Formats: sequence, structure tokens, C-alpha cells
Amino acid sequence: MAAVADATAPAATIREKISRPMVVAAILVVWLVLFAAFRGRQTLTLAAADLTGLHRRLNDVNDSIGANRNSNPVFLYFFNEIRLAIDNLVTFVQSVISQPAGGRPVPQIGWLGVVGLTGYVSWAVGNWRVALLAVAGFTFFGLQGLWQESMDTLALTLSAVLVALLIGIPLGVWAGLSDRFNRVMTPFLDFMQTMPTFVYLAPLTLIFLIGGASAVITTVIYAAPPAIRITAHAIRSVPETTVEAADSLGTTRTQQLVKVLLPMSKRTVVMGVNQTIMAALAMVTIAALIDAPGLGKTVVQALQSLDVGTAFNAGLAIVVMAIVLDRVTTAAAARTETRRDGRFLKWRRPLLGAGGVAALVLVYLSHTYVWAAEFPGDGTAGSHIASAADTATTWLQDHLSGLTNALRDVLTNGLLNPFQTLLTDSPWWLVGAVLVGLGAVLGGWRAGVTAAVCVGLLVATGLWSDSMTTLASTAVATALVMLVGVVFGVWMGRSTLVDRLIRPTLDAAQVMPPFVYLVPFLALFGATRFTAIVAAVVYAAPVAVKIIADGVRNVSAPTVEAATSAGCNTWQIITKVQLPMARGALTLATNQGLIYVLSMVVVGGLVGAGALGYDVVAGFSQGELYGKGLAAGLAIVLLGVMFDRITQAAARRTRA
Amino acid sequence: MTPAPTEVSQRRDTSQDPQDRTPVISVRRLWKVFGPKADEVPGSEELCGLTRRELMDRTGCTAAVRDVNFEVSPGEVFVVMGLSGSGKSTLVRCLTRLIEPTAGEIVFEGEDIRGADARRLRELRRSKFSMVFQHFGLLPHRKVVDNVAFGLEIRGMGRADRVKRAMETVELVGLAGYENSYPDQLSGGMQQRVGLARALAGDPDVLFFDEPFSALDPLIRRDMQSEVIRLHHEVGKTMVFITHDLSEALKLGDRILIMRDGRTVQCGTGDELVGAPADDYVRDFVKDVPRGDVLTLRWIMRPAGPDDALDGPELGPDVVVREATRAVLAAEKPVKVVENGELLGIVGDEEILAVVAGQEGGA
Repeated sequence: MAAVADATAPAATIREKISRPMVVAAILVVWLVLFAAFRGRQTLTLAAADLTGLHRRLNDVNDSIGANRNSNPVFLYFFNEIRLAIDNLVTFVQSVISQPAGGRPVPQIGWLGVVGLTGYVSWAVGNWRVALLAVAGFTFFGLQGLWQESMDTLALTLSAVLVALLIGIPLGVWAGLSDRFNRVMTPFLDFMQTMPTFVYLAPLTLIFLIGGASAVITTVIYAAPPAIRITAHAIRSVPETTVEAADSLGTTRTQQLVKVLLPMSKRTVVMGVNQTIMAALAMVTIAALIDAPGLGKTVVQALQSLDVGTAFNAGLAIVVMAIVLDRVTTAAAARTETRRDGRFLKWRRPLLGAGGVAALVLVYLSHTYVWAAEFPGDGTAGSHIASAADTATTWLQDHLSGLTNALRDVLTNGLLNPFQTLLTDSPWWLVGAVLVGLGAVLGGWRAGVTAAVCVGLLVATGLWSDSMTTLASTAVATALVMLVGVVFGVWMGRSTLVDRLIRPTLDAAQVMPPFVYLVPFLALFGATRFTAIVAAVVYAAPVAVKIIADGVRNVSAPTVEAATSAGCNTWQIITKVQLPMARGALTLATNQGLIYVLSMVVVGGLVGAGALGYDVVAGFSQGELYGKGLAAGLAIVLLGVMFDRITQAAARRTRA
Repeated sequence: MTPAPTEVSQRRDTSQDPQDRTPVISVRRLWKVFGPKADEVPGSEELCGLTRRELMDRTGCTAAVRDVNFEVSPGEVFVVMGLSGSGKSTLVRCLTRLIEPTAGEIVFEGEDIRGADARRLRELRRSKFSMVFQHFGLLPHRKVVDNVAFGLEIRGMGRADRVKRAMETVELVGLAGYENSYPDQLSGGMQQRVGLARALAGDPDVLFFDEPFSALDPLIRRDMQSEVIRLHHEVGKTMVFITHDLSEALKLGDRILIMRDGRTVQCGTGDELVGAPADDYVRDFVKDVPRGDVLTLRWIMRPAGPDDALDGPELGPDVVVREATRAVLAAEKPVKVVENGELLGIVGDEEILAVVAGQEGGA
């Protein structure tokens, strides 16, 4: 058997090496020729306000669900119950920290209590530095005049995280213990992670209406997978010897779990909690699109009226909250690791007690006195920030517009427009055939079949032309992401110093909710497709850079040494050794870059990206476009699945 | 450079005669086969005869342990030796059913372990045997003392009792003063002492060692070997010791079982392996052993001929050659090897020098 494989292997690699790029080139040439011949025919364009039969049917489904919401038993006894339970939870948390409750004009705990509690908890689970950061950050929300919005966001995030962990950790433990359950679970998790972020907002509103409850449910769906995955991974990575040693001492399964597996995976699970919180915060802000209260809503409204100042102020609050939550949970994870820093250990308990009492006093004060309940002042800092942002924007637009417009026009006219024309003005069957062909050549016949199915379904959504426009932007953005990724990735991969300097920035950029990226670029480039593309590039670049940097770094040192001793110069080492050997990482980076870019499509719809993103956003706000928005969401998923399958298959091939 | 000779002879002095007691463990026709049709292999005459490679090609099964038989007497140190992939680690895991054997019998104190249900097996593991692992398997989130007490804790022993017992054991293995450290603050050798203490804390009848010192530096390994010898003197437990290191096997083992490709190649005392290797594999293995440190006079004596003077000094047959060297060379006449008053043979200068000068080596 081995002998046969050996005999065929060289022949196969030679054939692949020669033919794959050539086949791709041939496909592209044929495309261009046929494009010239068939330009503008069978392009399946659909005007913004036009609907197809499918969209109308979806509208009807929406209407009939709306009419039967309180009579259909599935809704009556299942979905409505879930909604009610979540709604109660959200309302409760909101009444504690953000919304007036129980006949009081203010929430149960006012700003002073919240700040005190946050500081105390941060100190208890982390250290005093993050506690100071948390106190400063939360006070800053008040100074910005965004106290209530921030607390709404926090309330939704906390509720979602609570539910996500209640579901995620037990499922994760189960998946960690049982191979069978893990096998069942993994494809689901994979699929949920490839789904571009907000496409399930629309179907969920169909079932759970709009508002805080469905925002939390969406967020739970988005934030639970990392918790499940990381918990399972933590349980699985407990060393086998330790488990065996415990076994040899006669532990029962329960003892094994409680005394060995859980304590040893605690640290990783806390990191999973961090991921869950960050995912939840990102989603809660985006859920503003389905009327979730909080900072996201302020940003969305400001973006829609192109009010950069207000958007910047609220976006800044989101950034601050992201930083605080991330730092505190990271410190908590670090604490579980070094639990024995001796010196202050004996003081810790009494200090914790005293701190707890102090926090309770603050809570009591904020419950009783108005000055401690409502944040004093009228958020002048916020209006200063807003007007400063506005001034800066005006200045940038006045002075840099030459530069930014030139950049925008070069990329738009030189790259984006021709490509978009090629995609949208070709007959649909031609583009479809090209996609299937590329899928088959790059990813194998399975990927080709997936591409064919996705193309068919895209046509069926009635949004082919919009999909092609989105595809053009996505492809251009991904190309830019890869360009940035390769440049910085290689740089970081080759130099530890650069890596140390850049990596923290990338880490920080990755925890930001995608929303906030739009604001500065809106200021720079105005409301255009290009703004959305740049925001998507900035959002997706960190992950690509990191993957490529790791890939370059993992090229074995002896190989590089051998190349150097053979007399390669730096450029030759990069292009002939490091990049070819990191091609698995390059494909993976393309995959991740695409998924990240695609998940910004909807957000981009808010600032004039048009096409599918606009369809989704419009679907939320206009009843008659609901069905079309739903179909657009589906189209985004289809694009995502298609690209994911092709790039994953290609990645597997390059690794093999 | 030779492994400390005195220790080898020490072992000989303390070894009891294994035959006159009922064995603690007897293993009969033990098989462990991994693969899709594992159960069919041990029963089939034809498949049993195949080599490992042939079996793999024919059935897709790997036979890790093949038809192994041995008995371990109370208080004995029984060493299983083999190169990596010989099946020795699988064998020791089969004995406590950490890996489920495919066929055969493992009788422990009169009870067939393979018949034990989950509860009984747990009881046995908690009280009768315990194991020391190559990679320690300590719990990083517990202090040394709590690691040692872990086995007692899961039995349900109260906190005060188990800490008391754990502290005694910590002291026994020479870790007093480190009881409040965490495993990652200790060196590899000290971590393995914790592993040893954990195994001893439950006062088991049998200790299993799975290559416990392979991951340690040579010097620390030697310390730990001496430590095991010392502990064996002090607590007198029955030990089953897995190793791939022949000098370790000779140093520690009362008897040694050599495995290759899952089968027993030879089982016997150190001097038997060196003096009468069963086949070329074993011969090749023991080639570099300093024979004078292992062989006893029994192996080199010759029958007394009519010309030999029989008024020389007397020595027992189990005296190691190295120890006898000085006496034999100093004597004017050949030394008589006498057991229970009976003359077994004589040893002269030539015999001694042949061994010590290594002329016999590699024969």
C-alpha cells in the first residue's frame, strides 16, 4: 500500500504544480472573453425597492407569525416562554443598574454603588491595577453623559454572559468528557463561527420580536460557542498521565471531574469567560439594529444621521467598556495561575472583607441618596469629546480631503469598480460557472459541489446582483487584508522586537466591537462603499497578521539557517523559503480574513456600503422590505459558507 | 564508571528465595491486542503464531502483550525490561486494568482481577496497589502534601488523619520542608519523590513503577534508584518495576523479565541473564554489562579435578565475582565453593581473571 502511494505521489504533485495556477488563469481568461461577449445580459438585477416572490412570501410568513404569535402552541408554550424568561432576567438586571424601577425614579443601585462594586469585584478577582482602571473607566461613562446607555449595555452583556455560561460551560464539560458528544457538537460550533455576525438577527426577530430579550438571545447564540469550545478544550488538555494517575488511585468519575479535571482546567475556562464576555459586548452593541437599548443604539442613530461627534463619543464608551472588561477578566485568568504570591496573603482576607463592606456602603448610599444615584453634571465631557471629534473631522475633511479622496478614488476606480462591473455585468451563469470552477480547482470536487449549491441558492434568493456587488467589495477588502497581513506578518514573524511592539495593539484591536471601527473612517472618507471596505480591512487585518506572523515564525530555524548558509539574501529567504513554507498559514489567514470581512458587510450597510448590507439594515426598519432583508441575510451566509468551504479545503490541500 | 557494584551485591544478600511463598501476583497467558478484531487474536492458533508485523497486515491489530506469564513473590522487586514498543508499559497497565487486557488471568492475592467489577476494582486501586508514573501525573493546583494525601482523600479519610499520614510519607521520601510547595516549584527528581510518596501514602501491598526515572537526569536517576532500594528495605513492599535501562534493572531487580515485541524473551535473576542468556537478543543486550559485578561464583566454578588441592579457603556459591576476587587471588590454593557443607566446585585465579579481565565478554 505504501509502495503504491510512493509511486503515484511524485506524478500527482508534478501534475498539480504545473496545472493548478494554469487552470485558474485559463478560467479567468475565458471569463473575460465571455464577459466581453455577453456583457449586461442576464445579470438578474433587482432595484432597491423591488421584491421577488420569495421576498413577498417571507413577508407573509412574518405577518402570519405576527398574527398567530399568541395562539400557535409552539410559540405559546416554547418561544414565548423563553422570551418571557429572558425578558424577566433583562428587566431585573436593568432595574438594578440602569432603568428606573419599583416606583423609583432611579435604578436600585446608582452610579456610586456600581462604580464601587465594579472596583471591588475587579480587585477581588484581579488586582488593584485593573480595579483602578475599572473605576476610572466607569466614572468616565458618567462624565461622557452616557451613564444610562452604558449601564444598559452592561446589563444586556451581563445577562447574556450569564445565560451563555450557564449553557456553555456544562455543554463544554460534556463535550470534553464524551468523544461522541464532541463529534456531534463540533460541526454546529464550526458553522456558528463561520456565520457572519449579525445575519441571525433577522430570523430571530421573526420568533422573538425586537428589543432587549431578543438582543440577549442573539448574543447568547453568538457568545456561547467560544465558552463551549474552550471549556471542552480545557478538559481535553488535562495531561493523560494525571488522569491515569488519579484513575490508578481509584477515583470515581465524579471525583475525577471535581478534583482533577475541573480544577486543572480552571484557568483556561476563565480565558473562555473572557472570550464570551468580549463576544457578548460586540454583539450587544450590534443588536442595536434590532432595537436593543444601550450605547450601540446611540452609535447607530448617530451613524444614520452621519453625526460623527456623537458616534465617536459613544464609540469611545464602547471601547472603554471593552478595555475594562477585557483587562479585568484577563487579570482574573492570570490570578488563577499565580495563586500564591505569598507576601500579602495573610492580609488578603481581612482586606477583602473591609473592601466588601465599603462597597456595600457605597451601594446603600447610591440606593438612598439622589446625589449618589444620578451621575452629577450633565455630561459636559461627552459634549466636549463630541465637538472635538467634529472639529477634527471638519479639519481632516478640509485639509486631508485631497489625500483621502485621492486614495479613495484610486482604489474605487482602479480596483473596485472594474471588478464590480465584471461581477455584476456578467451573466449570472457565467459568474456561477467561474465560482464553481475556481472552487473545484482550488478546493477539490467537494468544494466545487458546495460552490454550485451556494450559487444556485444565491440565485434563488433573488438578490444575485446585490450579492455580486457585496462579493466585489468583500474580495477587494480581503485582498487588502492579505496585503497588510503579509507585510506585517512577515515583519513580525522575522523580528521578535517588532512582534513585541505590534502584538499588543493587535490584541487590543481584536477585542473591539466591530462597530467602533466605522466611526473614524466615516470621518475620513464620508459615507461610501469605501468607508465600509476600509473599516472591514482594519477589523479583519489583526487576525490575518497574527496568523501569518505565527506561520512565518514556525518555519523551522534550521531550514532558514540552511538557506542563509547557501547564500540567500533576505528577500530570497522571504519569498523562497518563509512564505512558501508558511502557505498553510496564508490560506488560513485568507479564510479568517474573508469571514471577518464578510461579518462587517452588514455594519457597512449603515454607512453607504449598499447591496446586501443595506438590504439587511433596511429590512429591520421597513416592514415591506422585511422579507428582502431576510433573504439578504441568507445570501451573506451563503457567500460565507461558500468561501469558507473553498478556502478550508484549499488550506487542507496545502497542508497535506 | 561501572554501576556501583556494592549495591548489586546488596540486592543478592537481601533477596529471599522466591519459590517458597505463594505469589502475590500471578499472570497467566496474558494478552493485550489493540485493533478492530482484538478478541479473536489470542484464541486463534494461527494468528498467535504470526509476528507483530504480519498480524498488523493481516488483521489491522497490534498485539502489545502476547502470552506473557510470570509470578511475583511477596517482597520481591520484579523488573520488566524492554525497549520502547516492547509492550512493557501496556503490560503494567493491564495489571491494574488501567488498560483492559484482551485475554488471560491476573491473580492478585488469590483473586482474579479481570473478574472484578468497577466498584471492586476501585477498592483494589485505593487500598491494594498504587502506581508511580514516568511523567509524575501530579496535580499542579495542589500543594505537595495535598498531592500526597490525594489517594487518602478520595477514600474518604478525614482531613486531619490524611494530612498526618501524608506528612509521614513526605518525610519518608525525604521531602520534609517542601510539603507546602507546589509541584512546579520542585525539580523533576523531587516531583517524582512526590509521586512516590503519593503511591506509598495509601500503604498498598504492591507498588507499580512505570519507567519512573526515565525522564530524570542521570545523576538524579541514580539517587532515586538508591532511594527505591532504601524504601524497599524500610517498607518491604512488593514492587513491579518497568524500565528500558538494563543497569537499572540489574541494580533493582530480584528477577528480571525481558520483553520484546510483546513476548517474554527471558525471565530470571540478573546473573542468570548474564550467565545464561536465552538467545542472541538477550546476549546482545547484556554484552556490555561488567560481568564481575553480576556473576556469582556459581557461574564460573569448575568441578574439582583429581589434581586440585582441596585445602583452600571456602566461599558460598552466591558470592559475586568482584567480591571474591581479592580472596581468590590472595589464596595460595583454589577457593572451594561450598553450599550447605557440600563441595560444588572450585575457583582458581584463571577463572577469576577470565571474568574480571573480560576475556569471556561477548562469548
